[in-house]
Amino acid sequence: MIPVLLRGVRMKDDRVRNVPVLLGPERALLLDAIGAAILARVDGARDLDGIVDDLAAAYDAPAEVIRSDVEAFLADLAEKRLLEMQA
Amino acid sequence: MNVSPAMSPSVSTRPRPAPPIAMLAELTHRCPLACPYCSNPVEMTAREGELTTEAWADIFAQAADLGVLQLHLSGGEPASRRDLADLVRAARDVDLYVNLITSGIGLTEARLRELDAAGVDHVQLSLQGVRAGIADMIGGYRGGFDRKMQVARAITEIGLPLTLNAVMHRHNLDDLPETIALARDLGARRIEVACVQFQGWALVNRSALQPTREQVAEAKRVVEQARRDLRGVMVIDFVPPDYYADYPKACMGGWGSTGLNVTPDGTVLPCHAAETIPGLTFQNATQTALAEIWYEGPAFNAFRGTDWMPEPCRSCDRREVDFGGCRCQAMAILGRADATDPVCRKSPDRPAVDALLSEEPTADFIYRRLEPVRGR
Repeated sequence: MIPVLLRGVRMKDDRVRNVPVLLGPERALLLDAIGAAILARVDGARDLDGIVDDLAAAYDAPAEVIRSDVEAFLADLAEKRLLEMQA
Repeated sequence: MNVSPAMSPSVSTRPRPAPPIAMLAELTHRCPLACPYCSNPVEMTAREGELTTEAWADIFAQAADLGVLQLHLSGGEPASRRDLADLVRAARDVDLYVNLITSGIGLTEARLRELDAAGVDHVQLSLQGVRAGIADMIGGYRGGFDRKMQVARAITEIGLPLTLNAVMHRHNLDDLPETIALARDLGARRIEVACVQFQGWALVNRSALQPTREQVAEAKRVVEQARRDLRGVMVIDFVPPDYYADYPKACMGGWGSTGLNVTPDGTVLPCHAAETIPGLTFQNATQTALAEIWYEGPAFNAFRGTDWMPEPCRSCDRREVDFGGCRCQAMAILGRADATDPVCRKSPDRPAVDALLSEEPTADFIYRRLEPVRGR
């Protein structure tokens, strides 16, 4: 499964608040470091496994812990209709 | 911007407000529709008073510098501005997220493609009713519903994300299941089920628009069911009619805390109805820097924070939850903008709201009309 940000949803570096934000229809989500790290890897090419492995390597953390965080974060965005899991 | 305490002693005692997240740009008051609940003021600005393309572009750039992330292009009908694509481009040039709030009337597929190329991020299409009969009766514009359906299909065909903004009241709240189904059929990603809030023209037509308590209870049930059924398919936001609520709405997320509103002539308001409050001084973005208006403007500071609050708000544990409710509503119902929103069950003025709810509904609408100030 490949997570893909839907049309009309994009990241932006908020230079006033100095945080990354995710902008979508009627939404502006200020991202924490974890959210930003996950979304930096949502590029429409990498699948869920690839994103989890990459984060596990980058943060030297167990893949199963990372996976549950990533899945919960992406599921929340999917429910808000900001992201889709594509086959 | 540094403000020395000596220059501005009243400001120095309070924490600096956070920057605004959203700006509503009312590009024009012109609109082919005449909805009797329009949020525009009853006294509107004529075409001659509207800002130029360049003036808007400058305001957009100032807004982005100030911290605004989301720009809502609204009206009136924003498509009444021939320079709409130029305005979208100007907003994207300064990296604002551009949301177009439209009735769809005046948009064609060619024009939508032009707006798409200019970078519009999202389209919010208003819906007056789920069938031509009721929709055209509410909008006061024959053929409007059919045109709107064509526009909705063109929006999703182009691939732009679509929100359907269904404005609900006594005359169409019973159609809520069909309304949600229509939004889904059109491919909307979101629907806002927005019960009329009584400001602007809606206040003039309040007794004709107020839904019944039974209608509201049923609408809540329908929304809950639809949220379960459409989870992950379509987001459903629900704005209930607040007269029936126990606590007031957190209007604007707190006065002067998250958003600002610019009228067609450049007047900057804390909310779209703020001009109904007498005694407030509003500044114009063509004469005063937007940042100065946001941080120092007397209208923005009038009801910021909790210092202005009367009892029962002042000692209430909800004072930072609903911020005392809506100032314009306190003004409209009680004639006192600094009173607790009378919707609140803790307000000594709650009987005034109950009295309004017990009024017999009137049958006729007074339709919104833009009477030209000067002949044209």
